[in-house]
Amino acid sequence: MAGTEYRGSEIKDVDQFVKDKAGLDSEREKEIGQHIGYRYDVNLVPDYSRITDFLKGYMEVMGWDDLNWLEDVHMGYEDGKAAVFDRNINGWVRIPDSIKLPDNQQDRDMIARELLIKFQMSDRHPLVTLRKAYCKY
Amino acid sequence: MAGVTDSELKAMTQEERVDALGLTTEQLFGRSLLIEFNPDEEERYTYPWAPDIFYNKRVEIDTDELSTTELNNKIRSAMAEGNGTIVIKNPRGMHSVGVGILNRLTLEVEGSLGYFAVGLIDGPNVRIKGRVGWSCGENMMSGTVVIEKNAGSTFGAAIRGGDLVCRGSVGSRTGIDQKGGTIIVGGDTGALSGFMMQRGRMIVCGNAGKNLGDSMYDGTIYIGGEIKSCGVDAVPAELTDLDKAWLTRKLQQYELMPDKGVDHFQKIVSGKQLWNYDNLEPNEKKLIL
Repeated sequence: MAGTEYRGSEIKDVDQFVKDKAGLDSEREKEIGQHIGYRYDVNLVPDYSRITDFLKGYMEVMGWDDLNWLEDVHMGYEDGKAAVFDRNINGWVRIPDSIKLPDNQQDRDMIARELLIKFQMSDRHPLVTLRKAYCKY
Repeated sequence: MAGVTDSELKAMTQEERVDALGLTTEQLFGRSLLIEFNPDEEERYTYPWAPDIFYNKRVEIDTDELSTTELNNKIRSAMAEGNGTIVIKNPRGMHSVGVGILNRLTLEVEGSLGYFAVGLIDGPNVRIKGRVGWSCGENMMSGTVVIEKNAGSTFGAAIRGGDLVCRGSVGSRTGIDQKGGTIIVGGDTGALSGFMMQRGRMIVCGNAGKNLGDSMYDGTIYIGGEIKSCGVDAVPAELTDLDKAWLTRKLQQYELMPDKGVDHFQKIVSGKQLWNYDNLEPNEKKLIL
């Protein structure tokens, strides 16, 4: 299912970057020894029939008709581990091993969105400390 | 961080605060911070520092004799008092209004704004009844912005998320350096729209000027009218049923659905010949390392 739901995807296997953490595919990637592009299907649009209750609540609280910026959030992979890219810290945040990964990218993306929101809104997010250090008192 | 109170932090210099909070100033290499999610995290929908607001609590702010800073401070004060709907009256083309709002909010502007309107926002739903100048919604992170009339150049520059909508026409370099989110233009867009686009989607119901999508790395541009010319590495792609379904949903959401539907839209994507994320060749890496 990964990548086949929407346009232009070259990701054929939902576990491509779990099985092969380098994920080198094209001749060019093999030549340079580096994966080019994203470690998820950037153009996969959400399947709203799979949305979680938490995300429904988030849309309602924010007054949005859809997932808004979360449509661009996907579960990706870092060093062979499932992770989500958090734009607020410009880094990957890993999915704990205790969370079982569903067998399709759409459900994985919904989990990624939910975990990312909970993390960004928590007191342990690095932005909280950064804000204390750099805000204008 | 433990043991340092807010009042103690307030009395410190910025350098002392950085030290007291244990922040590192060393340069990091690579993007991994080795942080894990906590599956049992408390469920919250807003940032810890964001004040609680109520959409049915409304306040009007008349901008007469207010400077931009005073107006933006008033907006913050109104949010701190729990107002979830703020109406700006008589803005008269004021610049940099509503910048940096990091909370859910309904912001209604009864008039036109100047440059950098609602830049750097993360969450609010904004409606501007007039026009806007350059760089409206620049670096927008999330939320919705709807402009009823026209917008200037660099509309949605470097936008990272959310929906930025202009019912009229926009100037040149729309969505320059776009990194996510959706830009929707009801009319025409100028030259070099989507320049160096990296992610996200742009819908233009009217015509596009020359060099559309020049040097785009990724993302998708949909044009309902004529394209003067495509830029370097911007190439046409097939409009699939999934594209049409997504276009229909988005355009209906903002009441911008053309009478003739979406079948006529052209889709422009990156040819990916300019991709250079691998900016260091293996041999060069060996030399450096």
